[in-house]
Amino acid sequence: MSRETMEYDVVIIGGGPSGLSTAIKLKQLDQNLSVCLLEKASEIGAHILSGNVFETRALDELIPNWKELNSPIKTKVTSEKFLFLGKTKSLSWPTWLLPSVQQNHKNYIISLANLCRWLAEQAEAMGVEIFPGFPANEILYNEDGSVRGVATQDMGIDKDGNKKDSFEPGIELLGKVTVFAEGCRGHLGKQLIKKFELDKGKDPQQYGIGFKEIWEIDEKKHNEGLVMHTAGWPLDNNTYGGSFMYHAENKQIFLGYVIGLDYKNPYLSPFDEFQRFKTHPAIKKIIEGGKRISYGARALIEGGHQSLPKMFMPGALLVGCDAGTLNMPKIKGSHTAMKSGIIAAETIVEHLKENKDLSIFKEKFEKSWLYKELYEARNVKPSFGWGLILGIIFTGIDQILFRGKLPFTLRHKHADHETLKLASEMPKIEYPKPDNIITFDKTSSVYLTGTNHADNQPVHLKLKDPKLPISYNLEKYDEPAQRYCPAGVYEVQQENGSSKFVINSQNCIHCKTCDIKEPSQNITWVTPEGGGGPKYGNM
Amino acid sequence: MKILVAVKRVIDYNVQIRVKEDGSGVVTDNVKMSTNPPDDNAIEEAVKIKESGKATEVVAVSVGEEKAQETVRKALAVGSDRGILVKAEGMIEPLAVAKILQKVVEKEKPDLVFMGKQAIDDDCNQTGQMLAALLNWPQATFASKIEVKDGSLEVTREVDEGLETLEVNIPAIVTCDLRLNEPRYASLPNIMKAKKKPIEQINASDLGIDTKPRVEQVKIEEPPKRKAGIKVASVEELVQKLKNEAKVL
Repeated sequence: MSRETMEYDVVIIGGGPSGLSTAIKLKQLDQNLSVCLLEKASEIGAHILSGNVFETRALDELIPNWKELNSPIKTKVTSEKFLFLGKTKSLSWPTWLLPSVQQNHKNYIISLANLCRWLAEQAEAMGVEIFPGFPANEILYNEDGSVRGVATQDMGIDKDGNKKDSFEPGIELLGKVTVFAEGCRGHLGKQLIKKFELDKGKDPQQYGIGFKEIWEIDEKKHNEGLVMHTAGWPLDNNTYGGSFMYHAENKQIFLGYVIGLDYKNPYLSPFDEFQRFKTHPAIKKIIEGGKRISYGARALIEGGHQSLPKMFMPGALLVGCDAGTLNMPKIKGSHTAMKSGIIAAETIVEHLKENKDLSIFKEKFEKSWLYKELYEARNVKPSFGWGLILGIIFTGIDQILFRGKLPFTLRHKHADHETLKLASEMPKIEYPKPDNIITFDKTSSVYLTGTNHADNQPVHLKLKDPKLPISYNLEKYDEPAQRYCPAGVYEVQQENGSSKFVINSQNCIHCKTCDIKEPSQNITWVTPEGGGGPKYGNM
Repeated sequence: MKILVAVKRVIDYNVQIRVKEDGSGVVTDNVKMSTNPPDDNAIEEAVKIKESGKATEVVAVSVGEEKAQETVRKALAVGSDRGILVKAEGMIEPLAVAKILQKVVEKEKPDLVFMGKQAIDDDCNQTGQMLAALLNWPQATFASKIEVKDGSLEVTREVDEGLETLEVNIPAIVTCDLRLNEPRYASLPNIMKAKKKPIEQINASDLGIDTKPRVEQVKIEEPPKRKAGIKVASVEELVQKLKNEAKVL
């Protein structure tokens, strides 16, 4: 079947900070370039979830007068706290003793979703064509193997794969250059990394799962501009993670938790760890009497420099966390994603005008502050492989004394799907029941995300082997998908005395954790019909 | 034949509605907005009638703030020929909308006016009926099937007792039910083309319509939380509880 085609100079996949920065920079460098940007969410920002304490460095370069353009960057960081949590106690760590990468006094507390909406307005005003609700689901190649563009998803396919009356075929979008900016674990980026061996000689990528809730709290407890992080309880010494609490505008706090997906105990439930964390006296006293108004979760990149794949290939570039530019010790990926987009745009313009190879991206990248930042940050995350306490000691030496310039690089040894130990060898974890005041269950949480997928469409979480969840995962790992999914997509149900694996794909909030953590890499996340997924507001 | 379709911009049906703390309304900042779902059915039906050769033009009209233009644009992307946006700020009650639509009808002289049976934000279900009264046109509400005849429409209505079929002379107002059809997707090329279709902008005040609310809104609050249910051990216990605690038997 032939599909309609549309041709552009540059086609960008993904409307997050990296894709939008690429689009804006391209138009700044050459107003006449035709640029289109596809976004799978129903609108720009609806699939964006981030802390977020924002460093403006890349934005200062991209749009120097952002303060005059009514940007949603308003709340300057005014004070900072770092707490070590014990089960009931907390120990405040003096912030002057934090490495400078973890100090935030020049930064802003923002909603990244709102920043993306604003960036999209800027891009559209410059002539970028933005199409929300159109997931790219297929990479198109030229005969010589170079990337030619993408095809959007067919719409109106029923669950058995037949065309419905409303069927609308996908479109081929062809670009002289295609930029993949899908964010962490992009499903096309994953295919490109494999096909072009972009990760050859690199360490396996490392991921985390991040949760975020927005709470409206009592005015008296709210301290606009306060940034607080915690480490410790409820995680044990061997599990990498911590919390954030940012006091934003309008009496809101952004409360979240990040857990490294290299955790070992299959009984661990990241969602329940986050819920339990909120019951700590130091946290509970702040949110008590408040109201939870949003919930969401998303996987994030933690591998950094050692795991960063090559970001160029014939006909295409990989930017932001589709490659993995997040700076882990800074716990920030927005400014780095934006910078990678800016470098991509500069590369593309030289490629199109002066016929230079896209491989000039490497040189530009390595000369940039982005590379320096990621290089200096490289040893922090792997050092936590020795546990929280040794990790903190090493990080102090590495980041405060040597400022990331130690003459060696620690490696990431395992991919996250390889780290689970057998259920029989690990302790079960009993999580307290939700009280529906401070802590909640997954169902009521997912409800807040507004997620929806049109019913009667193919399941977008594909099992390579449909028997594996029961025949292997259940026996060996007590099927961890039941616990690592933050949206309750996966269930093991009992039917006539036998176990049955159920996929509630309509609940999916597009976090990609299953695609990462499944021990046999049996689950592949593909794009559902356009516009499906969460409807995040100011996440 | 020309069909005018009224479309409204509302909070997307997937979004969990949040009431503002001061009770003055619901939160709309950074909330995903969409076309009122039954209005999508109204547009789809109009476009289908045009595609069958029985209509020559479909005009989409919306009343609301500047951003309601997106809703008109969406209607253009699924097959409307041109759009009209009547700009008005704040809360606009059904009567004001009906009066504005009356002016638009007088100017555009359509043969049919379609719209959703009600909007999912205020659930009023009044605008179509009020417009019919103002224009003194026949109306068919809650349409789940529309057949175009010579100079009239045969409309099947969803009513409590089942289905009711009636015939209305053209010109007429039809308000559409979700069962009427399955709205199509806007394809990428059609979204591109829609960007070039004209949208005429008019101010409600220029039409001489006063959009000030006539109903005073006292307060908006969330419904009380439902209490958790309990499990009973036996039918006897259930009956006893219904008698003594719930006092419904």
